[in-house]
Amino acid sequence: MNTQLSRRSFIRGGLAGTVAAAVLKDKKASAAHNFEGYPDAMGVVVDLTRCVGCRSCEAACNKEQRLPEPAEPFDDFSVFDYMEHGQKRRTDEAHYTVVNRYDVPAIDHPLFRKIQCFHCNEPTCLTSCFVNAYTKTPEGAVIYNPKVCVGCRTCLVACPFYIPTFKYSSAFSPRVMKCIFCYDTRLKKGKPPACVEACPQEALTFGKRTDMLRVARQRIRETPGKYIDHIYGEHEAGGTSWMYLSPVPFGEVGLDTDLPNEPILNYVKGFLSFVPVVLTLWPALFAGFHLLATRKNRVEQSHNDANREG
Amino acid sequence: MEKLTVDNRSIPIVDHFKPDGTRWTLREKLWLGLTPRQYRQQFFRNWVNWLMIGIFAVGIPLILQRYIFGLGSITHGSNDYPWGLFLGFGLFSMVPLSASGFVLGTTVDIFGRKDFAPVERLALLNGLLGYFFAVVYLLVDLGLPWRLPYPLFISPGPAAVLFLVGWHVALYLSVQIVEMIPAFGEWSGWLRGKRWARSITLGLTIAAIMLSTLHQGALGALFTYAPGKVHPLWYSSEFQWIHFLCSSIFAGLSMVIVSSTLCKWTLKWRADERFLKSLDTLTIGLGKGCAFALITYLAVKIVSLAQDQEWSYLLTGWGQYYLLEMGVGVLLPMWLFAVAVRNRWVGLVRFAAFLSVLSVIWNRINTSMIAFNWKLYQEIPSWQEVWVSITLFALYFLVYRFILYRLPVLYEWKGEK
Repeated sequence: MNTQLSRRSFIRGGLAGTVAAAVLKDKKASAAHNFEGYPDAMGVVVDLTRCVGCRSCEAACNKEQRLPEPAEPFDDFSVFDYMEHGQKRRTDEAHYTVVNRYDVPAIDHPLFRKIQCFHCNEPTCLTSCFVNAYTKTPEGAVIYNPKVCVGCRTCLVACPFYIPTFKYSSAFSPRVMKCIFCYDTRLKKGKPPACVEACPQEALTFGKRTDMLRVARQRIRETPGKYIDHIYGEHEAGGTSWMYLSPVPFGEVGLDTDLPNEPILNYVKGFLSFVPVVLTLWPALFAGFHLLATRKNRVEQSHNDANREG
Repeated sequence: MEKLTVDNRSIPIVDHFKPDGTRWTLREKLWLGLTPRQYRQQFFRNWVNWLMIGIFAVGIPLILQRYIFGLGSITHGSNDYPWGLFLGFGLFSMVPLSASGFVLGTTVDIFGRKDFAPVERLALLNGLLGYFFAVVYLLVDLGLPWRLPYPLFISPGPAAVLFLVGWHVALYLSVQIVEMIPAFGEWSGWLRGKRWARSITLGLTIAAIMLSTLHQGALGALFTYAPGKVHPLWYSSEFQWIHFLCSSIFAGLSMVIVSSTLCKWTLKWRADERFLKSLDTLTIGLGKGCAFALITYLAVKIVSLAQDQEWSYLLTGWGQYYLLEMGVGVLLPMWLFAVAVRNRWVGLVRFAAFLSVLSVIWNRINTSMIAFNWKLYQEIPSWQEVWVSITLFALYFLVYRFILYRLPVLYEWKGEK
């Protein structure tokens, strides 16, 4: 009688649990939709047809962020020929933004492309960080807190745009160095970042990200043939605050065209969703294996004990 | 050492008491029952120690340089390759090679295969030290090593894969320390500690399986944060963690074979009959496990190629390199294990184990360094980075040997236990 009751209550409990799990799971699933970015996030459109490679943005960034003075002055254009490991210049601990020149055969003049942090809607540097050193602010900036950073450099590995850099030169206070959209000094106050303000060609347009998308689409529509019909950054890596318009395919100006149109985090979710399975099922599973595997021994032992008593 | 054990019948120490009935002090146990003079003599007679001295003479100044002048002073300080050998070898390779603890713990304590007990402690020690030194490598590699507790307590970011690795390695290290308490308790005479640790063996072993499943897998899952950077043949969003977990099983088993072989060759004086007599049979048993783990690994590898439709990559240069890894690193040891186990050729099992240890290191370095940034360029580590990695491995070797000389790992304690 007792066993029957407990079995019935066990089944009842189990059913309740299943229902609860199903309900809770639904809730979780809807909460796990991709984050599409803050509604009032700011953004910038970089129009490569307008950039003339004057490096004013680099100079302004250097000044605003108080970065060390570079070896070559900002009016030295020989840096465009600089190559290391077969690669053009990239961001480093002294440069949050760099401009590179691309000689594209299809057009008669070179193109210049500025690069800096893209300020993703769902940044991988942030989601891969195990000390929460990164924050995506409602204004759209991805900022970094050196006070908690351990210096593991996973964010450098995880960034699909190769943006964050590490201050390897420092032994006692190394940190990640990356563009923060001039968050502290400008963006927070509603002002555009220093590079945008410094651009003499209006190659950089600053505004709400949603408005910037509209501006970019308008330019593509109103000047047919001038641009490739694609806004780089609208969907790449789940969407970014900084977006690009180009007259040539984006691969020819050094942008990765193989990036997925979803946050990189989605590639990690397969593993993450398996974690609770292990944490809940493994103990029971292996305790069960243990009981099964050693059953013969225990049966023999109790047999022997019984014989001895008899 | 072997010579001294023949000369002096009271060593090696296997009991709390000397032959004359007096008790060994802890100090004497640490000196292996030798006088400091004798100890020094046996130390300098061994050519391996001279090799170690040579490695440290260059390596320790390099490590000091790293802490005084920064990581950039001994590595290339690359922003494209943020993880070099310290992690590629020290973390991503040392951790799978240290899966031995949980694999043998499962075999003996969960599946009740008590016949593997003579190598269980060696496997547990191999696991404990491997994890400990993975953390040591990490402390050299981290920009701000003094903030190691930050991810655990000060500013946890629980949604990150690395958070899971951090917590699990910390917890698993603690589990492995407790798992080694019985050996330490017998040797030092701390029997209460031993009994307590024995009483929770089953719980500890199950905890070890859970933690190992997750963090061995999580090391693989770390690369899923860089889908475009790792070459598709070494990358799989769904299977990466299974590849890493599965290969850790034969890595750990092979490491027990390699380690026990070295003990049989060089530490015979410290091992007892139980260990030496059963080792050949056990090696074949371990080899059988390796063969099964390898064929599972191969199957998962093929399934993930099919799942991601990566066949066409096999025709490229990268594909040939990948096939070389699969041929020499997976198929060959698998075949050797199978043939050797079938014919009971212990020597060949040992060779296959050595090969598969190297192949796991090769696979981890391929994933984290060679196939990483395959669209950019190859990074070749600086000689200082290589030397420091070797120095830390030498330190691992010394600590490993220091413990094997003393604790009842290769022998059973004769005294009260």
